[in-house]
Amino acid sequence: MILWLTLGMALRAMVRNKLRSFLTVLGVVIGVGAVICMVHLGESAKKSVTDQIASLGQNLLMVRSGAGRGPGGARVASKAFTVEDAEAIQAQVDGIVVAPTASANTVAVNGNTNWPTNAQGVTDEFFTVRDWPVTAGRRFEQAELRGGALVCIIGATVHKELFAGEEAIGARIRLGRLSCDVIGVLASKQSMMGSDPDDTILLPLRTVQRRLAGKDDVQMIYVSATDGGTARVQAEIERLLRERRRIKDGRDDDFSVRDMREIADRVTGTTDVMTTLLGSIAAVSLLVGGIGIMNIMLVSVTERTREIGIRMAIGARGREVLLQFLLESALLSTLGGLLGIGVGLGGSYLACDKLDLPFVVVPGIVGVAFLFSAAVGILFGFMPALKASRLDPIDALRHE
Amino acid sequence: MTDPVPVMELLDAWKIYGAGEATVNALAGVDLRIFAGEFVAIMGSSGSGKSTCMNLLGALDRPSKGRYRFRGVDVGDFDRDERALLRRHHLGFVFQSFNLLARTSAVDNVELPLLYQRVPRRERRQRALEMLDLVGLAERADHTPAQLSGGQQQRVAIARALVTRPAVLLADEPTGNLDSARTHEVMGLLADLNRRQGITIALVTHEPDVAGFARRALWFTDGRVARDGTPAEVLG
Ligand SMILES: Nc1ncnc2c1ncn2[C@@H]1O[C@H](COP(=O)(O)OP(=O)(O)OP(=O)(O)O)[C@@H](O)[C@H]1O
Ligand SMILES: [Mg+2]
Repeated sequence: MILWLTLGMALRAMVRNKLRSFLTVLGVVIGVGAVICMVHLGESAKKSVTDQIASLGQNLLMVRSGAGRGPGGARVASKAFTVEDAEAIQAQVDGIVVAPTASANTVAVNGNTNWPTNAQGVTDEFFTVRDWPVTAGRRFEQAELRGGALVCIIGATVHKELFAGEEAIGARIRLGRLSCDVIGVLASKQSMMGSDPDDTILLPLRTVQRRLAGKDDVQMIYVSATDGGTARVQAEIERLLRERRRIKDGRDDDFSVRDMREIADRVTGTTDVMTTLLGSIAAVSLLVGGIGIMNIMLVSVTERTREIGIRMAIGARGREVLLQFLLESALLSTLGGLLGIGVGLGGSYLACDKLDLPFVVVPGIVGVAFLFSAAVGILFGFMPALKASRLDPIDALRHE
Repeated sequence: MTDPVPVMELLDAWKIYGAGEATVNALAGVDLRIFAGEFVAIMGSSGSGKSTCMNLLGALDRPSKGRYRFRGVDVGDFDRDERALLRRHHLGFVFQSFNLLARTSAVDNVELPLLYQRVPRRERRQRALEMLDLVGLAERADHTPAQLSGGQQQRVAIARALVTRPAVLLADEPTGNLDSARTHEVMGLLADLNRRQGITIALVTHEPDVAGFARRALWFTDGRVARDGTPAEVLG
């Protein structure tokens, strides 16, 4: 009960000096606000990156030739993969789906509209591995894939540019010297670090190899680990490919198997470091805010010496005076913390809006900031409160 | 005497300030007994130790030497917290400078001691209002000290001192800041409380008029009780 009463007294003291109370806690408001803002921006940035990477496909590995970097950082040219490599991977590694692709730059023409884009030759596994459904029309039939038919599925961007979003199925477009029938439209995917995945046209792999690229190369083999674990799959593919490409022990790979999750981890790791760095700078301002509270509480104890004397004469013990001043500073800083949380969340929401990031709330850090601000008040209020509690009642009563 | 145990009893009480050459014997062996229901005026020239004696009686301070018994219990060795509890439950104070909490209503001021006694809110308010009524300020309950005259403020202070129903009311120059009309207002109230409610009162004053309201007077000289008797005898 005495706690409630003291809390009431503390509240009254605070309300009595509204402007001063506000200025006192401004440091804490800014400190907490900055911490909250930094952490939330960091988390939002991280979320945006992981979302993008997840949208590539689940448990995705990307196999490419020419991974090594020669002198000067130039990519070392190496033997390209073929469909046989992809088939070997599919046959010899368990629990995976393999999708070899070939690509070629081209210009798509519909009537008198031109659109330069990228043509990708794919197999049926592509849609599974990249987790990329067709929203209109259909996928390629086995016969079309085998025979290298002149049919295509267009990405959302191409659909917009060539057909202004109107019905495209059944239309015939030209790709360079070829003309193909549009049989489907791909679902729209989230943009990936600035590049637009929807700006593409899918054709049967064989069609691209024979008619557009003019060679049997496979530029990229996508592998999806169906049981979730990518590490084993990655190791097995690497071993198999070294064998197939006759790379001697001790020599570097001339290809790369990249785990998208690993890339995601690396990116989010960087974000974490930034968040920690900025967060600790913000924490310093919280410290400064705490010192501000201590300063004002010391002034307040001196100003209210007479009041303390009266309370002691009436029968307040040192601990009750201590509690009163401690609660006052804890209350101040907690309110500052709440204000700061509001400011921080509002600020990061606006910033996310501006930067086009997904806004995420991290309840943990909000809770920690709240507790921390209360702790700041108790910590920095302790010294002034102790000073108040140790006053001699006679001296305090005589104080002018 | 009907009650053989005094409410307050100082036995050869000394208060020595400073150290070495510069020591001051603010009290130099005071023997003093105050019984329940008494109304005692403490007088003497400036610096004679009246306030020091009041601080001892009020358990705001402890004697350097000698004994202080409160209702027969030796409280001279009480520590800070024990003295605070003694004040909380058995003593009421009135000061020369009123010492009300600023920007706090009269009734809230009067409630303050009950707060430390952990009296429930409703009872607190009721008893505070009763006390204000007793000192004739019922309709000023919501006024802050700044909105009250000096005499009214001192009456609020008396209400605050008495709201816990203490054994003794101690007042150090309660009329020191009041004009003669307000002095009579306050002293009339105290005399009335003593007579009707049997409240024990010890007050320090310089004014013979004020001492005239008391039934007993003590004259301090150089930290000792020099004379003890009725106000007329002591002043005579
Ligand atoms: N804290 C202190 N330190 C040193 N000396 C003190 C202290 N308090 C009181 N004294 C001295 O003790 C003596 C008695 O002081 P006290 O305040 O009791 O006098 P008083 O009778 O109340 O005087 P007045 O009528 O002026 O109020 C004085 O000489 C004073 O200087
Ligand atoms: Mg005095």
